[in-house]
Amino acid sequence: MGKYLKAKALGKVAMLLVASVLVVTGCSSSTEQGDTSNASGGKTQSSESILQKVKARGKVYIGCDTVLPGFGFLETDGSYSGFDIEIGKAFAAAILGDPDAAEMKPVTGQTRFTALQTGEIDILSRATTMSITRDTTLGIRFLPTDFYDGQGIMVQKSKNVKTFKDLDGMRIGVEQGTTTEKNVTTKLAAVGAKANIVVFENQDSIVSAYEAGSIDAWTSDKSGLVSRLAGMSKQDDHVILEETLSKEPLTPAIKAGDDEWFNVTRWTVYALMQAEELGITQANVEEMLKSDDPSIRSFLGAEGDLGKNLGLSNDWVVNLIKGVGNYGEIYERTLGKGSAFKLDRGLNALWTDGGLMYSPPFN
Amino acid sequence: MSFLQQKSKIIDWMKKNLFGSWINAIITCLFAIIIIFIAKAVLKFIFVTAKWDVIPANLKILMVGQYTASEVWRVWLSLSVAVFLLGVLWGVKRGVIKTVSFTIVAIFAIILLLPFTSIATKIWAAVQILLTFAGFWMGNKFSFVKRYHLAGWLISVPVILILLNGVGNMKDVNSNLWGGFLLTVLIAVVDIVFSFPLGILLALGRRSKLVVVRWFSIIYIEVIRGVPLITVLFAAQLLLPLFLGNGLELNNVLRVMIGFTLFNAAYVAETVRGGMQIIPQGQYEAAQALGLNYVQRMTFVIMPQALRSVVPALVGSVIEVFKDTSLVAIVSLMDLLGIAKRVVANPQFLGRQMEVFLFVAAIFFVICTVMSKISKHMEISSSYGKN
Repeated sequence: MGKYLKAKALGKVAMLLVASVLVVTGCSSSTEQGDTSNASGGKTQSSESILQKVKARGKVYIGCDTVLPGFGFLETDGSYSGFDIEIGKAFAAAILGDPDAAEMKPVTGQTRFTALQTGEIDILSRATTMSITRDTTLGIRFLPTDFYDGQGIMVQKSKNVKTFKDLDGMRIGVEQGTTTEKNVTTKLAAVGAKANIVVFENQDSIVSAYEAGSIDAWTSDKSGLVSRLAGMSKQDDHVILEETLSKEPLTPAIKAGDDEWFNVTRWTVYALMQAEELGITQANVEEMLKSDDPSIRSFLGAEGDLGKNLGLSNDWVVNLIKGVGNYGEIYERTLGKGSAFKLDRGLNALWTDGGLMYSPPFN
Repeated sequence: MSFLQQKSKIIDWMKKNLFGSWINAIITCLFAIIIIFIAKAVLKFIFVTAKWDVIPANLKILMVGQYTASEVWRVWLSLSVAVFLLGVLWGVKRGVIKTVSFTIVAIFAIILLLPFTSIATKIWAAVQILLTFAGFWMGNKFSFVKRYHLAGWLISVPVILILLNGVGNMKDVNSNLWGGFLLTVLIAVVDIVFSFPLGILLALGRRSKLVVVRWFSIIYIEVIRGVPLITVLFAAQLLLPLFLGNGLELNNVLRVMIGFTLFNAAYVAETVRGGMQIIPQGQYEAAQALGLNYVQRMTFVIMPQALRSVVPALVGSVIEVFKDTSLVAIVSLMDLLGIAKRVVANPQFLGRQMEVFLFVAAIFFVICTVMSKISKHMEISSSYGKN
């Protein structure tokens, strides 16, 4: 009897082993299959491209930030608003002819690239700095930069600081887990000043400490400094230094490996800039269609096949500008004169005005 | 006279406990000063510095997130169902449910009386109050209500979910529009409703004689208990779509609900297993001797005793789940805390984080206090049951 039980137990263990082996091999073979099918899927995807998928879906999924003042936030009625949101809507307007066909999917700093890779989002429009490491290792493609930012320093006016050198020995607040701390210490060491860094958990606590006077200065992206300044009670007591600590080209991105999609999205960003250069606005786009200028006529699709070559309709630029306006209009509405921030165009002006916004020719 | 007696009693108590020796006296004075300073600063903030208009302006999104404004009546209707069932429960059970019902009624009364809520909100709040009392009356009066009210709770969960999502001619409100307090409550409720049966099954599995079942349960429970909830949430959010491939699109909210349920089930399983272990072997043998099969033994003999003994621990895990829901803000879902973060990012309300977060803290505090009250009551009543 005991022997029989033992044999039974042994049999069970053996079965368990066999089962687990089966499961493991099953898993590995299925993952291999998954991989190969993914690889072939990747190939077939180029024949059934993201553009076709988006058109069939009737919606573009935009990964966006929703907790960054000026760039992405929630209005009191529950709709999204901000610079990155408007850029996201621009893609929907150009591709599907309707800015509201953009479905916003909030992503965090940690989830944004994975979301692109898994195809959860089609385009990432979320204050993401372009860098060579990200471009070459993450399997993503960066589109043209739509906002040139740089790290700056805000300091109390009473401290009489003009250059970085004057910051010697002052208490400077930085945000935990960002590259800002390293940038400050190296920059200040280079000019022979010693930084007294105070690390905070988030921007809210930096700002309240700064306003209470327990730190003398704090550092963040310049656009962030300006937007925070707009919320401070005594705005004249603070000054943002002219000098910049780092380059932060904030750039939308897509998944790598689909040239058609890359072209469509890249030229949509360029079209926003080109429209501003040609003076085409949301208000006058209909009139401009009647223009005699051949460059405007071909840009708006009244002549030629610029849109068709991209895989879109020829009036895609008209839809784009009608939907969200040109680059300048978006900027002024969300960050510039039309907003609470009154941010200068600075580097984000057109190249004709001394900025960096430069679109290759549309011909 | 009695007042004077009471007064002298208080003075006696103070003499004994606060000023018993000179060290005590110094400590008392010191802390009194500190408390006064803190209280002064807090009260000054709450009543003078704070600009509370940020709360009424964002009340809708704090409560239901991006839920389509014209369809908010469905949320109210779902709430009505829940409130009515609570009233019935009050009528049937009395006891601590009375306190809970009165808390709910008080909250709706506050909503009704606040100056900035809309007329529609006021009407709905009044309806909720009436329904609570109607439920009480029915639960008290009709015996069939008494018999079936538990079934009502079970049916109400899927009904409410379908109602919120929209069915038939109703406008479809996709669950990625659910947010705010609504999402917090839904995640907690779905988690609790589904993880309890799953947890009980896992507990049975872990004590099963079948080797495969037992080892599967052990591995599952230990693996899940070995990783933090945030990891499970990230996996549910990022890895699940990778595994599922392109064919199936599960939305974020559903993925997080699955993650929460799978996570909590492991903890429920261990709690229930603890309950099963304190049941004497004689109970198992007696049940077997009566000729009951496995399912009957577990359902009618073991589980009722095991579950009763771990009720306080289970309610504790419910409270934990409710608080843990705020972790979904990390995977950028818009629960109550997630919405609060976004409200603070609105340029119109920059620098108002204190007001918003205090409001959120108050909501969590009220609900968790009510739940721990229930737990305490259950602890007492279940220990009575044993004696």
